[in-house]
Amino acid sequence: MSAALPDAERARYVLRLADTSLVVAQQLGACIGHAPALEEDLGLANIALDLLGQGRLLLTYAGELEGRGRDEVALAFLREPGEFVNLSLAEQPNGDFAQTLMRQLLLDAWQIELFEALERSADARLAAIAAKAVKETRYHLRYSGGWVVRLGDGTDESHARVQLALERLWPYTAELFDADALEEAVAAAALGPHPAALAPGWRARVQEVLAQATLTLPAPASFRWYGKRGEHNEHLGHLLAEMQILQRTYPGARW
Amino acid sequence: MVVPSAVSGPQGRERAERVLRTVMDPEIPVLSLHDLGVIRSLEVDGNRVRVGVTPTYSGCPATEVIRGALVAALRAGGFDAVEVFDVLRPAWSSADLTPEGRATLESYGIAPPQEPVHSTRALAGGGSPRRCPRCHGTDVECLSEFGSTPCKALYRCRGCHEPFDYFKCL
Repeated sequence: MSAALPDAERARYVLRLADTSLVVAQQLGACIGHAPALEEDLGLANIALDLLGQGRLLLTYAGELEGRGRDEVALAFLREPGEFVNLSLAEQPNGDFAQTLMRQLLLDAWQIELFEALERSADARLAAIAAKAVKETRYHLRYSGGWVVRLGDGTDESHARVQLALERLWPYTAELFDADALEEAVAAAALGPHPAALAPGWRARVQEVLAQATLTLPAPASFRWYGKRGEHNEHLGHLLAEMQILQRTYPGARW
Repeated sequence: MVVPSAVSGPQGRERAERVLRTVMDPEIPVLSLHDLGVIRSLEVDGNRVRVGVTPTYSGCPATEVIRGALVAALRAGGFDAVEVFDVLRPAWSSADLTPEGRATLESYGIAPPQEPVHSTRALAGGGSPRRCPRCHGTDVECLSEFGSTPCKALYRCRGCHEPFDYFKCL
């Protein structure tokens, strides 16, 4: 184990994890009232709620580590798009039901691997948050995986749509496992896993579902986009505009 | 201010415990927080009390209501310095429900959790209800993995045809 990471660096890492959970929570929240059946509305809402809870715990911790007096509200509602460091996969649009569920499958499988590794983090607070979150995430994967199987192994139409969703989203999965200097330092300090170490477990979980769903794994792509470094396309701006409008219009509003 | 004598010493702890058994879960109003198994620690010192509480799910909206209810009940019980704090580890598990809590859930119409262990395989695990809480029939089917709250799934009994909630394993 090497030297401990400065709190400011640790805060940047925790913020990445927080932003991914928060952005997906907001995306799934936007599906409420639009899912194909009431049961799916409830399912997506409950997953959104878990992710929001995880995001809040992580944001609060990131704010404390940062030491600039920003709480979860300031971090969620008062940062600009360029300051968000979520994975690009998280901000890809909901699209149709197939795309929403495929995005969820790819992220759920990653979060399970991540949280299982973080349970062993040298950072006790991060380990406690992960230990809680991993149990919830197993249910998320059961739901998203179940739907991907049903759609993939369903009608010609549902199969084609979910295969298309997989091909659209697949290029964004490279970011999940490409380490940058911050993640190398986090791994060296035993605070979190090396991103590349999560790949085999993630791939096994995803492939198990895709095989049952009769879907074809896309070829590896050279495309790279790094949301976790603050690189975003237009989707995040629209999402944040809706998420932040109340707090920006009525600063400090509470209810 | 006069401190009620029952609040100091071991009686104080007993009294605090008695109060905790009267505070109900806001979503399942027949289930006390004690039976839900979310109370992680209790320290009583004179009329000062500190309670450690763990959330059932990270995003459960009941968590803040529970905190407020605990403070109010302990104040009404004669404690004037009440502190409620979050405990994340060990994380709450459905195995923390007391046997009384499980029986209460079933009589309220919610099937209690079965199978405390999770499978790590992608689409397996999670447990399923042993029987319908209404007619006790064992032929049941899952309608939705997620029910009215994050902690429940929606099932239907093929015997009496009634839908019912199942308290999931976590």
